[in-house]
Amino acid sequence: MNDTPKPQPEKPDAPVTDDEATRGATTTETTTEAPEPDPHDARAERSRSVLREIASGDVLAGVLAVFLAVFVGSVMIAATDDAVRETAGYITARPSDFFTAVWEAISGAYSAMFRGAVYNYNLTEPAQQWRPLTETFKFAGPLILGGLGVGLAFRAGLFNIGGRGQMLIAGGAAGWVGFNFDLPLVIHLPLAILVGMVAGALWGGIAGVLKARTGAHEVIVTIMLNYVAYYLLFWSLTKDWLLKTPGSVNPKSPPMKDSATLPKVLGDQFNLHLGFVIALVAVAVAWWLLNRSTLGYRIRAVGENPHAARASGIDVGRIYVVVMMIAGSLLGLAGINQVLGTVSSGVSLDLDAAIGFDAITVALLGRSRPLGILAAGLLFGAFKAGGFTMQTSENISVDLVLVVQSLIVLFLAAPPLVRAIFRLPAQEAK
Amino acid sequence: MSIATDLPTPESGGLAPDGAVTHGRGSGARKLPIVLGVLTLLLAGILLRSEPSGDTTFQLSTVTDFVTLPDIVVPSGPTAWLMVVICLGLTAEAVRRMLTRAGQPIWIPISFAIVWMIGFLSWAAAGDRIRVVSLLGGAVALAIPLVFGALGGVLGERAGVVNIAIEGQLLLGAFAAAVTASTTGSPWAGVAAAAVAGALVALILGLFAITYFVDQVIVGVVLNVLVVGLTNFLFRQVLTPNAESLNSPERLRAVPIPVLGDIPLIGPIFFRQTPLVYLLYVVVAVVAFALYRTRWGLRVRAVGEHPKAADTVGIKVNRTRYRTILLAGAIAGLGGAYFSLVSVAGFNREMTGGAGYIALAAVIFGKWDPIRATLAALLFGFATNLQGVLSAIGSPVPSQFMLMLPYLVTIFAVAGLVGRSRPPAADGVPYRQQ
Repeated sequence: MNDTPKPQPEKPDAPVTDDEATRGATTTETTTEAPEPDPHDARAERSRSVLREIASGDVLAGVLAVFLAVFVGSVMIAATDDAVRETAGYITARPSDFFTAVWEAISGAYSAMFRGAVYNYNLTEPAQQWRPLTETFKFAGPLILGGLGVGLAFRAGLFNIGGRGQMLIAGGAAGWVGFNFDLPLVIHLPLAILVGMVAGALWGGIAGVLKARTGAHEVIVTIMLNYVAYYLLFWSLTKDWLLKTPGSVNPKSPPMKDSATLPKVLGDQFNLHLGFVIALVAVAVAWWLLNRSTLGYRIRAVGENPHAARASGIDVGRIYVVVMMIAGSLLGLAGINQVLGTVSSGVSLDLDAAIGFDAITVALLGRSRPLGILAAGLLFGAFKAGGFTMQTSENISVDLVLVVQSLIVLFLAAPPLVRAIFRLPAQEAK
Repeated sequence: MSIATDLPTPESGGLAPDGAVTHGRGSGARKLPIVLGVLTLLLAGILLRSEPSGDTTFQLSTVTDFVTLPDIVVPSGPTAWLMVVICLGLTAEAVRRMLTRAGQPIWIPISFAIVWMIGFLSWAAAGDRIRVVSLLGGAVALAIPLVFGALGGVLGERAGVVNIAIEGQLLLGAFAAAVTASTTGSPWAGVAAAAVAGALVALILGLFAITYFVDQVIVGVVLNVLVVGLTNFLFRQVLTPNAESLNSPERLRAVPIPVLGDIPLIGPIFFRQTPLVYLLYVVVAVVAFALYRTRWGLRVRAVGEHPKAADTVGIKVNRTRYRTILLAGAIAGLGGAYFSLVSVAGFNREMTGGAGYIALAAVIFGKWDPIRATLAALLFGFATNLQGVLSAIGSPVPSQFMLMLPYLVTIFAVAGLVGRSRPPAADGVPYRQQ
């Protein structure tokens, strides 16, 4: 935790006790505890700490974690490839055949992924060549938003597994506004987004209130609320007066009105819509909130040590409620991004597209920091975009991405394991 | 910097109520009358809104029964109202006991539940028949994976390891069962493979949670994602192209037990099931006995409650935890066999559909006790089956609300509205030997 320099007295009017609380709680953060921070010093300190992090081998462990996960993914590709299995039958006779087949299976998969996620060198028109990158951004948008929602809760010491429920409720509410009214775009779209965010905030807030009032563990409550939300949305999709398309038997709502659809930002030939821009704004807001605002300071204090925070006068319960509401609205934005942007053909039960759980891996990979989450969201967005291309062109299931993604997080969570595998020296005590 | 420092610290880990916000709470004696009162009013409200007409038939036996019990036909409206009155009486008794500060015996909520359910059914199935045997027998069958999963959860958590990965254990168990049963041709080999698969997931959980001190909830959640990805990948790449040889297991058939199966009402419900159910009875009994009556159980509970004290008297904390979660994983994995060998023959994408999370709910609702967790799992299985039965006869209750019930009940339980759920003291806290 010593690599985020905490700019000291963030608010001149912040109670001194807040300061005492974190100082007592986080003995490691002594590097920047200067009473009068000089902005230049702070910047220099930050770049120095980045260098230190790279040098200390943490980044190395991260890179190795990704490498290991990709390696396991490669083994899975090779092991399930027909040509590889065929050549393995006569591996002793002609080993070169086997290794060629392995190489072709793996390189084929990863080059398809690259073509689907970054740059398609098989095409000639420049705009189409870069189209995959816009797809990556499109997939990254909700992942970043969701990752922020989970990450922000992490910083307050809360584990928000309720992403799915928060997305479903917010998506349902935004969708209801999206197809029910005829309004000009400048009113309709913001209104739909706002209603969705409020719905997500309220749904997330339930877990916060229960934790604050009764101590009920948020992990349990949010898991259970996922299912409650799912059945609630299911029920709404069977009622004409709520979300169901009248006259249809499918649990699906009518399509969104054009005035409530997130506009395409790069013209109609690209699918990239305003949701990605919203995600970037959300990153900036979350960064400011966590690192520059009093609320963010309190959130971090509660996350570091709730007892110390309470002793110093922070209303821990209120912070839990507020954080869960913000987290719910961010995950809500991810759901809104789906309903009003990516799949604007109507609210359905699978609108969350498993992003609620992907968001957890994004937040973990991004180490709960807004900029880290931005990077992690882009990476996993690229995996997703590339994974679909891999599935269509190489016939390798996109679910491989899920495996690689979760392995990255697992390896990353246990640096000692990665060190042991690569026989790196144990990390020195800091 | 390790990732754990950003996350809930291990000391605050686990699923215990947060000490920073929880204060002393009153006993559960006051809550029972309130809950019963609300439920009674709810039933009366339902009846007032749509008064049932006609008769409700409760069919107690199937045609193949050795002793055939007669059908019970009751007028729907009056019966339902009678049940409301009895419910009121039970609530009054609970209030009286609260006022005189007598304890609330267990028979009050149990008989209340039965009476309430009879009243509810006479309303919901007015003019139709309820096949009691298939309602309850189906509930037992549906509860199989929940009970196995919940037992695995209870064991792990009593040893101090939070297991969110029950879902993953069930899913990998289902996958392994389908593949092994198809290749060997023996469903029993499939059941064994399911146990091994569950233990494998537990081993990974242990590696990260016990050896590397990673937050156990995080490992569990990520493991679930990993298993979903892995099984989906293998299903699409390997099972689907070779469905004949790899994904067409023989189904486990129901095997009636000779004498017990002929007992009226009870026999068809409990003793004309698949062998997996009989295995379940054995496992429940063994786990419940072993956890409370053997030296092994005492040690497991000791490392879950106070690992340091256990270590001081010479119990190997982490070794005990590893062994316990491996066993727990194997038990949870057995539940997975239900999906691909009993419910349907063959594996399918994400076929567990969140049963692992219901099992987790049963662990908590059952207060980390094997018998109570089993009962909770049976209750949740009953809710699921009741939903199916009611929607089949076209009852006015929206099925989604019935399906929501287990989750809502669990939220109420952890929020302390229905009893108080308190986990083992060291649940979720990794043990670092000094």
